[in-house]
Amino acid sequence: MPYVSNEEAKAAIQDRSGHQAAPGRLSKVFDSDMFHSFLRSKVTVVAAIGTFILFMLAFLAPWVAPHNPFDLASISILDARVPPVWMEYADPRFILGTDDQGRDLLSGIFYGMRISLIVGFCSVVAAAVIGITLGLVAGYMGGRVDTVIMRIADVQLTFPAILIALLIDGIAAGIFGGVDREIFAFYILIVSLALSFWVQYARTVRGSTMVEKNKEYVQAARVIGIPSVIIMARHILPNVMGPVMVIATINLALAIVTEATLSFLGVGMPPTQPSLGTLIAVGNDFLYSGEWWIAIFPGLALALLVLNVNLLGDWLRDALNPKLR
Amino acid sequence: MNVLDIKDLTVEFPSRKSVFVAVDDVDMSVEAGKVLGVVGESGAGKSTVGNAVIGLLQEPGHIAGGEIFLHGKRIDNLSYKEKRLLRGRKIGMIFQDPLTSLDPLQTVESQLVETIRTHLPLSAKDAQKRAVELIDSVGIPDPEERIKQYPHQFSGGMRQRVVIALALCAEPELVIADEPTTALDVSIQAQILELMKKLCEERNVAMLVITHDMGVIADITDHVAVMYHGDLVEYGETTQVLGAPKHPYTQSLISAVPRPDVKVDRFPVVNYIEKAGTPQKQIDISTHWLGKSRDYEQVAGPLVQIRDLDMRFEVRGSIFPSQRKYFQAVKKVSFDIEQGETFGVVGESGSGKSTIARLITGLYHPTGGSILFGKTELTSLTNRKDVLAMRRQMQMIFQDPFSSLNARMRVRDIIAEPIKFHKLASSNAEVRQIVDDLLDHVGLGAQSGQKFPHEFSGGQRQRISIARALATRPRFLICDEPTSALDVSIQAQILNLLKDLQEELGLTMLFISHDLAVIRQMCNRIGVMRNGELCEVSDCDELFEHPKHPYTRELLDLMPSLELLSRANLETA
Repeated sequence: MPYVSNEEAKAAIQDRSGHQAAPGRLSKVFDSDMFHSFLRSKVTVVAAIGTFILFMLAFLAPWVAPHNPFDLASISILDARVPPVWMEYADPRFILGTDDQGRDLLSGIFYGMRISLIVGFCSVVAAAVIGITLGLVAGYMGGRVDTVIMRIADVQLTFPAILIALLIDGIAAGIFGGVDREIFAFYILIVSLALSFWVQYARTVRGSTMVEKNKEYVQAARVIGIPSVIIMARHILPNVMGPVMVIATINLALAIVTEATLSFLGVGMPPTQPSLGTLIAVGNDFLYSGEWWIAIFPGLALALLVLNVNLLGDWLRDALNPKLR
Repeated sequence: MNVLDIKDLTVEFPSRKSVFVAVDDVDMSVEAGKVLGVVGESGAGKSTVGNAVIGLLQEPGHIAGGEIFLHGKRIDNLSYKEKRLLRGRKIGMIFQDPLTSLDPLQTVESQLVETIRTHLPLSAKDAQKRAVELIDSVGIPDPEERIKQYPHQFSGGMRQRVVIALALCAEPELVIADEPTTALDVSIQAQILELMKKLCEERNVAMLVITHDMGVIADITDHVAVMYHGDLVEYGETTQVLGAPKHPYTQSLISAVPRPDVKVDRFPVVNYIEKAGTPQKQIDISTHWLGKSRDYEQVAGPLVQIRDLDMRFEVRGSIFPSQRKYFQAVKKVSFDIEQGETFGVVGESGSGKSTIARLITGLYHPTGGSILFGKTELTSLTNRKDVLAMRRQMQMIFQDPFSSLNARMRVRDIIAEPIKFHKLASSNAEVRQIVDDLLDHVGLGAQSGQKFPHEFSGGQRQRISIARALATRPRFLICDEPTSALDVSIQAQILNLLKDLQEELGLTMLFISHDLAVIRQMCNRIGVMRNGELCEVSDCDELFEHPKHPYTRELLDLMPSLELLSRANLETA
């Protein structure tokens, strides 16, 4: 989005406080074609509401969760593997039952979702920053710089993203082997996810940059004498951000799933700071002994989260794609 | 009997907020063997009329009222299938861009044969024979050979001939041509128009030509319909409408057409047409920032001296020099531009005229020759500080008003950027004041600074481009086809503005255009380019009255004649 000037921000505030003002930014948003295409798609509205609720539950976990699964004083091994409330031997304190250490599963899911989302967001942002920068440079400079960057990208694309993440995670584990791994697990995870997803951004941004750099506004900037770095950042970047936003949304879902996969495989978040993937991994051990809820509920939460984010991303892609209008 | 009758046609495009009436209550008709021209500026609804006739209105547009008859049979209420059978069989269509209206993966023959056999009960062999005849009749030499080729093996003009042949495949009664020559060079335009006129008479086909170009109208049409914002404002015989226009819109439209035969000081102000924005605020240039501190070194002779300028582009790269292939865009070009004059460069597409502009501004680096600007040799500048000093002295106005402004920046920031970058003003408040004055000066009004480019029309955007170019206080301005994307009325305004600014600021200008008429109105001296070479350089009137080079003569002969246009209108100029 273009930046909001002070005047416009003031106008928007005035609008909200009910003062008479020229049509401000807010009313522009509500009147835009994009907002209407949003309202027209029922699925998208439901997905947006679903995403919002899940995000709220995740980020407000310390306040909305009935228990604190990290408070060792409040959990008891005697409560382990209690089934959900509608089953026999249930405990009304634990709506969705407990896991093998007696932690409330519902609270675990809220907190786990929070970690999954934070890891997802951070890795998407990191991947976007790397990808956009390299894509801009490759597209604008062309020639050898372009060849080198895009060959690296091509080579990386021949490996599945999860394999790269595993590889980086493995290397990092080797380096930080001696130190307590739990401190670094979070950062290693973000770096490995970011390094496996940057290629998509780089390719898209490079393509759009090559189109934009031949447009006359870029030539006009060059005639004025503005250096390449500023042309890239101020002129080209804002004009190539549309597709990036779409990829970022869809990649958020992908990053969450990949994180869950890594955690499930035991190389992601440790059991002391469980993400949804870790919870599923724990539940997996008890699946055959009848305690299905430990794996199923976190799995459902993961599916819901990814589905909602993906539906939003699909709509965004259609809404921003002029060809499909 | 009329082939096509349009009665009270109204076409509406409903949108979320309102209904846009693209064509409002329009009547017109064409006889067999005659050509009807529909002329108007962008947004006049002229193409919509054509699309309504052929039944290809774009969703959500629909015919809201009126009737269309083909040979007395109503066709606007036919089902989709019936309309489909009509297309190609009874109505042929010629599109604007011959590059995209042919299938690149099929030979010309297979496209023609397919169309012929869809509509006529002919065997493959007969269809083939007919295809060859058609190709022959549209004036393509060696029809048997060339018909086996793919579209990319034809030049633009030849391709448009193939498109015409396609339109005539099934002996239609009506041919609709939507801007048939807009994408072509003048020399080819003349041939295509002649061909269309000839075929129309020979085959007794009615033709509907949709165009924005008064020259095309004057050349081939028998009747003309002038449209303005969906309304039919004038309709009648071409000689009459062009010679003695009655409606004020037609009058102003005709007076805005640049004339190749007479040089005028200024174009008549056409206030009927565009909301020209706020009237230009007068600034005293001698005391204003714009006129001040033009601290450039004075030069005695010409401002720009170009000697033996050479530019070639690598078409195929290779590590072995002998394997590389080049395209020579500019060949040993030499000319001078005197201070304060407007030097025109005219030529067809691919003649290298835009390349020269980009070489002078430093967007490309020449492969040979020298460009002397004042006392500085531009090709050997390496020091970034010197380069910037040069950049400040010359600015460029681009052709496409839609891509030459960054859509994500406010107009105010677009214009302030060069001032801030070159540190031409001491404070932000001063920059703001200068930007407001510049916007006022190009006739947009200071309040338009906080809008984004997409809120402006093409002509207004071109004014923004001009304001941005002036923001470095240049002394040399390069205009690369500044008005070829604009409607004539707006073109007249922009050309007037450029003339005024040049006078006020004493600018030296390089004016590049493919349009001889525009060049004649704007320039003191003219260079004619062809295939990268400069054919002729001479004074403006000299060139038009006594062209020396054969190519110049050819170009002048091919210009659409505007003799029909009323002379009366010139007097208001």
